[in-house]
Amino acid sequence: MATGAAFSGWLHRAADSDIWWSFKSSPMTIAAATATFLIVAVAFLSPVLAPHTPFDPATLNLSDGLKPPVLLSADGDWRFPLGTDDQGRDILSSIMYGTRLSLLVGLASVVVAMALGIVLGLLSGYLGGTVDAVIMRVADVQLTFPAILVALLIDGVVRGLISVKRHDEIAVFVIVGAIGLSFWVQYARTVRGSVMVEKNKEYVQAARVIGLSPLLIMVRHVLPNVTGPVLVIATINLGLAIITEATLSFLGVGLPSTQPSLGTLIRLGNEVLQSGDWWITVFPGATLAALVLAVNLLGDWLRDALNPKLR
Amino acid sequence: MPDGSSGQFVRIAGLKRYFDVSAPWLVRMLERRPRQIVQAVDGIDIEIAKGETFSLVGESGCGKSTVARLVVGLYPPTAGRIEFDGNDMAGRRSGADMAALRRRMQMIFQDPYASLNPRWRVFDIIAEPIRAFGLSSDKADLEKRVGDLLRQVRLTPADGRKFPHEFSGGQRQRISIARALASQPEFLVCDEPTSALDVSVQAQILNLMVDLQRRFGLTYLFISHNLAVVYHISTRVGVMYLGRLVEVAPTETLFTRPKHPYTRMLLDTIPDLDMTGRQRSPVAGEVPSPINPPSGCTFHPRCPFAQDRCRAERPVPIAIEGGTVACHAIEEGRLPVEERTYVANS
Repeated sequence: MATGAAFSGWLHRAADSDIWWSFKSSPMTIAAATATFLIVAVAFLSPVLAPHTPFDPATLNLSDGLKPPVLLSADGDWRFPLGTDDQGRDILSSIMYGTRLSLLVGLASVVVAMALGIVLGLLSGYLGGTVDAVIMRVADVQLTFPAILVALLIDGVVRGLISVKRHDEIAVFVIVGAIGLSFWVQYARTVRGSVMVEKNKEYVQAARVIGLSPLLIMVRHVLPNVTGPVLVIATINLGLAIITEATLSFLGVGLPSTQPSLGTLIRLGNEVLQSGDWWITVFPGATLAALVLAVNLLGDWLRDALNPKLR
Repeated sequence: MPDGSSGQFVRIAGLKRYFDVSAPWLVRMLERRPRQIVQAVDGIDIEIAKGETFSLVGESGCGKSTVARLVVGLYPPTAGRIEFDGNDMAGRRSGADMAALRRRMQMIFQDPYASLNPRWRVFDIIAEPIRAFGLSSDKADLEKRVGDLLRQVRLTPADGRKFPHEFSGGQRQRISIARALASQPEFLVCDEPTSALDVSVQAQILNLMVDLQRRFGLTYLFISHNLAVVYHISTRVGVMYLGRLVEVAPTETLFTRPKHPYTRMLLDTIPDLDMTGRQRSPVAGEVPSPINPPSGCTFHPRCPFAQDRCRAERPVPIAIEGGTVACHAIEEGRLPVEERTYVANS
């Protein structure tokens, strides 16, 4: 009962809030949110919705290979609306499974980067001094390299350390770690900046007068007041992380062909693109573009909606 | 009496706090610049009796707020002692003993817009000290305590459900006072609690503070640069200049028979109705930098009575008419005490 009332109260306040108003009044944002929701829903329901299980060799038939999309060619087959690749795998199903993997990798690496960045940023901003200097110099050095280069480096080091077979098994974790480690700097710098502003405010001093420990003050007082900017970076970085994963997979250092993400699909299609089988690479590419565009539009909107100066 | 010290409730002795504001090491080495130390508080002694209001006044940057923060332990002192009810605050003691001491002293801050966490509800803000010190056993008791505190500062228990941004500056300052009272302290350090408020609201907050003092027997250390406010609320007043106390006296004495040239200068600046239209003397000159304070008496560059001795020798406080003054001219008797009338325009 109590939780129900609390939830409806929360709902009422959410409906009244500035953020909801700014969301409602922007058709572009509504479109972006709808597109994101649709892509995410379809991707995560792929085991139920997909017409085929494209990576189960038992269901594949080589004679179905390289079928063009139905609507564009008389050679099409209604079982494969977006055509098939050279192995006879259904492109539509591959895209659904691939999107799910891309989203998972993107979300997981954003979480890794965010967790690392928040912790290091809090430490750096609250403790200051040597800790701050060391963390920020590491961050500065890392900022001089493009994120993709850092991710390539980390991926390369891991490949050098373990066998190929083992690498294929843990490829997802390696790539999540590589992307996460290459994106933490932004979070750390943002959190550090906010913490340095907040820690000198009198409400933090009031908590210190009571004698709360620095850890409690950081978690209870400082952290909630820096979540706004962090959330915005996370949304914008989700698109970037998905693109980075796709780029790595396209270069062949990301996910293996046995568990293809959108990037892997684009690479596989790219190999046969010159022979005129364009659909294998174009449809995953279009999905990737749509997903990243929608997520980025949402991120831009959130940045403006949470910025009081733009209201 | 623990520690075997004097009967004063709060005793501050030889308190110093220096801040290092030097450029980073590398810059300093390359540009051959020396270290820069701000002597924010440079040796002050204050004794505050139980139940009184001791005010510290002075221009901006004289170290008043630093004293407040030192007393509640936000900064560790560079030198000197702070004793609270006979306990040396710097002494080593267990966490529980320290918490027991902290519970008895709280602080009210200057800016009511920065002193309340914007993401917390008022109830949680006021309940925080109660929870932190484990003063309340159950939820009903906590709710009752917070409700009582809100009523004591003339808000309603229903206000606890709101967020700080839903209140005006004066209301926020009252929430701040309620939070300070939540741990049932005996000693409150008030760092310019009214200077960010409208004049009409200032009086309301001051009256509330006086009222609470009577009701709970509170002791106040009151920091302000507003002499009219200080006159209204204080038992005794200390005048600070560049990190040192130049004069301490009972309020009435300080306002009617000021001794130190700096105190006289400050009193000359108070606007009042009797002197309307008269040319008044502005405070001459500016406060020198506390990084390189003047030699001897730090006030000598601005003092009309300065002599060679003032430039060379730092004056020590001497007892006079129930207070103390640190001034060579007063000590030598070459500056007679002048009578003044001070009529509070409230």
